[in-house]
Amino acid sequence: MQISREQMLRAYRQMVTIREFEERIHVDIQRGGIAGFTHLYAGQEAVAVGVCEHLTEKDKIISTHRGHGHCIAKGCDVIGMMKEIYGRQDGLCKGKGGSMHIADLDKGMLGANGIVGGGPPIAVGAAITAKVLKTGGVAVSFSGDGASNQGTVFEAMNMAVVLKVPKIFVLENNGYSEHTGFSYAVGGRDMVRRTEGFGMPVFQADGYDFFSVYEAMRQATELSRNGGGPCAVYAECTRFFGHFEGDPQLYRAKDEVARLRAENDSLKIFRQRVTETGLLPGSDLDQVESEVRELIDRAVREAVAAPAPTEADVLTDVYISY
Amino acid sequence: MPKISMRQAINDALHLEMERDPRVIVLGEDVSGGAGGTSGEREAAGGVFGLTKGLLPRFGEDRVIDTPISESCIVGAANGAALTGLRPVAEIMFADFVGVCLDQLLNQAAKFRYMFGGKARTPLVIRMTCGGGMNAAAQHSQTIYPMLTGIPGLKVVVPSNAYDAKGLLLTAIRDDDPVIFFEHKSLYMDECEVPDGDYTIPFGEAAMVREGEHVTVVALARMVPLAIGVVDKLAAEGISCDLIDPRTTSPLDEETILESVRATGRLVVVDESPPRCSVAADIAAMVAEKAFHHLKAPIIQVTAPHTPVPFARELEAAYLPSPEKIEAAIRKVLGSR
Repeated sequence: MQISREQMLRAYRQMVTIREFEERIHVDIQRGGIAGFTHLYAGQEAVAVGVCEHLTEKDKIISTHRGHGHCIAKGCDVIGMMKEIYGRQDGLCKGKGGSMHIADLDKGMLGANGIVGGGPPIAVGAAITAKVLKTGGVAVSFSGDGASNQGTVFEAMNMAVVLKVPKIFVLENNGYSEHTGFSYAVGGRDMVRRTEGFGMPVFQADGYDFFSVYEAMRQATELSRNGGGPCAVYAECTRFFGHFEGDPQLYRAKDEVARLRAENDSLKIFRQRVTETGLLPGSDLDQVESEVRELIDRAVREAVAAPAPTEADVLTDVYISY
Repeated sequence: MPKISMRQAINDALHLEMERDPRVIVLGEDVSGGAGGTSGEREAAGGVFGLTKGLLPRFGEDRVIDTPISESCIVGAANGAALTGLRPVAEIMFADFVGVCLDQLLNQAAKFRYMFGGKARTPLVIRMTCGGGMNAAAQHSQTIYPMLTGIPGLKVVVPSNAYDAKGLLLTAIRDDDPVIFFEHKSLYMDECEVPDGDYTIPFGEAAMVREGEHVTVVALARMVPLAIGVVDKLAAEGISCDLIDPRTTSPLDEETILESVRATGRLVVVDESPPRCSVAADIAAMVAEKAFHHLKAPIIQVTAPHTPVPFARELEAAYLPSPEKIEAAIRKVLGSR
């Protein structure tokens, strides 16, 4: 696999940023600093980063309600994101979107999306743009095992194949549709065969292993960028937190999360892999971690201090022309 | 000036704008039709009512996109294309099918700009055929614009004639916000004088179709030609009416309606949608709130009843507002002085 030292360090930084961002929000929500509904991505970092490391600003992604990780991996400003989650006037979306609607169109990030299965059809449109304007870009949608049961995802898969557009479906199976397990909710229990049934190849990856996702996505982008039409990347993974913050997770065995954190932590797996093979020294990774912690501290400090939106802001940005 | 049908006027506008702006694409079910068929005829439909005829041979398959029957993905793809730099004109074959794809309008297109703090541009048009008069029954006849008018972030256009349809569609495609463009199927063959070239009609400017002094009549879409017949007939008796066609329900030209009611003191609102939470009710409430002291009589709404659209000729005729019902309402609003 072709991956440089700098790329590996950048990927690790992105993964650690997602983890620290989410762990910090988990704590701050309990302290009462953040309003609304928040869904954390910690545990799935290898997927977002393994995918987005192949993308540039001409490539578009659309995310889910669990979107912080995808935003960070696609290059959204972490401080702007934190301010948005705190509902601040200078947040990435001026405090009008919040956790479930973070977007940065300049970065090719078409938004987190509060509707399960809402994103894939929109990404088909972004892929049509790439095809019509010949941008050379690809459009990527992230969707989970829960969304795999939504008709919109089926429609998007079929239409992408029919129109032969550069569209990559990244399917993250984290085992739970909200409070219901994969084995119950996904008939046939096989998202890969379902997807293949639409007539596109599926590149499978180990969702805990950055390098595995990176390789699957390499094959996917190579195909879709070069006129090969749509394809999918499938990864099994887990979330370390509940469906939403405050979810007591009564559907999970008592020791499940502890075991996953011990055995299936993508950050630990990455560290072990690169240090044992001598690709990167542990001290480099330590330094990344301490820099990221400083960044997250700063993001929270600035978010807490930032001004709230005003009543007048309610009425702006509904239309471009009135 | 040549007289052409509303169907032709809309088709002309699509040709004009696709020629002028390479970012405009058209997508929908059977917008050309024929793909995968056994005849080899590639443009076998040109839209189920022929609205998109001629576009495929002229602009090619990249820009004239036949989709599978997947309304959610049609609107979703239009949303994504608009967000990333195209100006899509999507077609939902019958407005009733919004029931299948409402999420992509209600939660996606309408909200991108606001949710994303003003950074998103979603310049898309969703054209849809609406309305009764063809005995197409409950799932192919509705005028659902009240429901979509109630969604902040969408603009809603309801033309009543060929001239307006062309000018409003050109405005819609050039507008940077999501626009829902309702085409009443019973108006497609109605003809009027339409200029050949490029012209636009601004949103939020009602048309004063007739001017009078006794009653203000506000009518939408197919109700406009019906109301014209009634108003002209009553004029011969010395009853004169302002007849206002709002043309867009979002934004709504409140001032033209209010100004007229301030002068006449009497309002009849005509729409073929059911009465509850409708555009008619919205206009009536607006006038009651803002011009109450000018009213000389209770406002009268002439609408369909609170039922689904029926099939049989006799039933649909009874369901739809008729010239007789409009005339009765105007006489009644005058009689209660």
